[in-house]
Amino acid sequence: MIRFDHVRVRYPHAFVDALADVSLEAERGALTAIVGPNGSGKSTLIRALVGRLPLQQGRIAIDDVAAASIAPDALARRVAVVTQREDLAFPLLVSEYVALGRFPHLGIWHAAGERDRSAIDSSMAAAGVEQLGDRRVDALSGGEWQRVRLARALAQGGEALVLDEPTAFLDVGHEMGVFELLHGLARAGHAVLLVSHHLNLVARFADHMVLLHRGAVAAAGTPDDVMRADTLERVYEWPLVVTRDPAVGAPALVPLRTMSKEVS
Amino acid sequence: MSAWRWAGLVGALLVAALLAVSVGTISIPISEVWHALTGAGDSMPDVIVRTLRLPRVTLAIFVGAGLGMSGAALQGTMRNPLAEPYLLGVSGGAAVGAVLGSAFGLGPALLPLTAFAGAIVAVVAAFAVARAAGARGDPRVLLMAGVVVGAFANAAIMVVLANAEPNTVRNALWWMMGSVAEGTWPQIATLAIYVVTGGAALVLLGRHIDVLSLGEDAAAGLGLDVDKTIRRVFLLASLIAAATVAGAGLVGFVGLVVPHLVRAAGVRRHRSLLVGSALTGATLVVLADVLGRVLRPPAELPLGAVTALIGVPFFLVKLRRFV
Repeated sequence: MIRFDHVRVRYPHAFVDALADVSLEAERGALTAIVGPNGSGKSTLIRALVGRLPLQQGRIAIDDVAAASIAPDALARRVAVVTQREDLAFPLLVSEYVALGRFPHLGIWHAAGERDRSAIDSSMAAAGVEQLGDRRVDALSGGEWQRVRLARALAQGGEALVLDEPTAFLDVGHEMGVFELLHGLARAGHAVLLVSHHLNLVARFADHMVLLHRGAVAAAGTPDDVMRADTLERVYEWPLVVTRDPAVGAPALVPLRTMSKEVS
Repeated sequence: MSAWRWAGLVGALLVAALLAVSVGTISIPISEVWHALTGAGDSMPDVIVRTLRLPRVTLAIFVGAGLGMSGAALQGTMRNPLAEPYLLGVSGGAAVGAVLGSAFGLGPALLPLTAFAGAIVAVVAAFAVARAAGARGDPRVLLMAGVVVGAFANAAIMVVLANAEPNTVRNALWWMMGSVAEGTWPQIATLAIYVVTGGAALVLLGRHIDVLSLGEDAAAGLGLDVDKTIRRVFLLASLIAAATVAGAGLVGFVGLVVPHLVRAAGVRRHRSLLVGSALTGATLVVLADVLGRVLRPPAELPLGAVTALIGVPFFLVKLRRFV
C-alpha cells in the first residue's frame, strides 16, 4: 500500500544522502518493520512520507498514486503517522488530544459529528486508554502516553499506520501490549509500517523486515532473511550471535561482550 | 468551558467597563453614567461620559481584545509560552511604521497599514536573527532576538524624532508609552474592523493552531499544511497587533499574560482560548487604564507602563520554568 521507489533524500547543507536509493513496501495485512542503527535514515523515511522533506529522486506512492500529488488532508485520512517525539507546549486532556486525530476529516468548517465521536471512542478502547479521557497528557506515564498517541493515530481512521519507535520508554509488558495491538491491526487488514530498535521483538512479530544502513537497504525479507549474524555484525559494528527465541522459535540476537575481563 | 464561565468573562468585562466610565479625575456615579448613556442631556457628566470616557473605554476594549488574541495565537503557533507581539518586536516594528506614516502625514485609516508593514519587517528580522544564532527552535533565543529588534525599533523612532517637528515628537512619545486617552470614534472604528475580522479569521484557524501545537512533524502527519498555516497565523496576529499599536501605541505584556490566565481557567483548545483571550484582554486593559488614572491623581500613568508593571513579574515567573 505504501511504497518507496528508489527514494533519495539529502538534508540541506549535508554532504551525504540521508537516504540513498531506498525501495521498500508496506502491504495491507502485514506488519513491516524498519530497523537499523542510529542515523541509518529510519526517521528520515517517515519525514519524507509526510512531505516534510523533498525527494531528490524517486517517489513515495500510496496505492500507486504519488504521495506528493495527494492533498495533505486526504493523505492523512488514509495514512496515520506517529512521529518519534512529540511534546505539547500546552497540555490537552487525553480526550481532546485523541480528538485531534479527526482533524483531517474536519478542516475549518465541519463540526465533529457522530461518526467522529464513535471513531474516537473505539480507537481509545482499542489502545486501552478509555479510562484516561479526563487526564491531562502531561500527567501520563510514558507507557500511557505512547498508547494515547496510538489512539490518536487510530482515530484518523486510515488503512495504514506508520509509527516511529512506538515502544521507546516502555517496559516489557507495555511493549508487548503495543506489539500485539499492531500485529492484530495488521491481521485485521491494516498496513502497519513500524520503525523500531527492538530487533528481537520485531523478529517475532513482523511479516517483513527492512534493515537500513547509512541510508541504504542492507537486507530485506522475512525475519529469518534479515536476522543473520554476519549482516547484523557489519551493520551494527558489534560482535553478536543470532540464536533462536526459546518461546516461539523466532531468530533472536544476542550481543557479545568485547572486553575479556570484567571492570571491577 | 461551561456557559457560566463564559458569562463570568463577559460580566467581568461589563463591570470593568462601567467602572472605567465612572472613575477618573471627576468621578461620576453609576446612575449618572446610565443617564448619560441613554439620555440626551448635556450636563457636565453627560459630556464627560460621551466625549471622553466612552471612547476611551471602547478603545481600551479593542486594544486589549486584539493583544490578547494576538498573544494566544502566537504562543500556540510557536509553541512558546513567552511569545507575544511586544516581546517579539512586532509592536516595536509597528510603532516605527506608524511614526513614519504619521511623519509623512497619513491619516488614522492608513496608519494601521504602515504599522503592519513595520510589524512584518520586525517579524522577519527577529526570525533572521534567531536563525543566525543557530537555534530557531529555542524559545529563549527567538525571544532575545525579538527584544533586540524591539530595541532597534526604539532607536529608529529616536532617530526619526531627532529630525522631526515638535508635533510629531509628541505623537511618537505617546506611541512609545501607550495610551487610550485620546481615542476618536473613526480611529476606534478602524481598529475594531481589524480586530474583529482578523480575530474571526484566527478563531477559524483555531483547530489548525491546536494541531500545530503538537509540533511541526506531527502536524504534517495530521494533514496540516504547516508552513502555510504558520504564515497565515503570523500575518493575522501581526496585523491585529499593528492595528492596536496604530490606535493606542505600545502596550506590552497583555498578549503574554492573558492567554495564561485563560488557560489557567481550564481553556485548552484555541478556538475557545482565542475568544476567552479577547474578553480577558479587554478587561485587563480597561482595568489597567483605570489604575493609571487613580494611582497618582491628577496625573495619569501611561497605559504601557501600567501593563508592564503587571506583566514583568509575570514574565519572570514564566521564564523561571525554562531555566
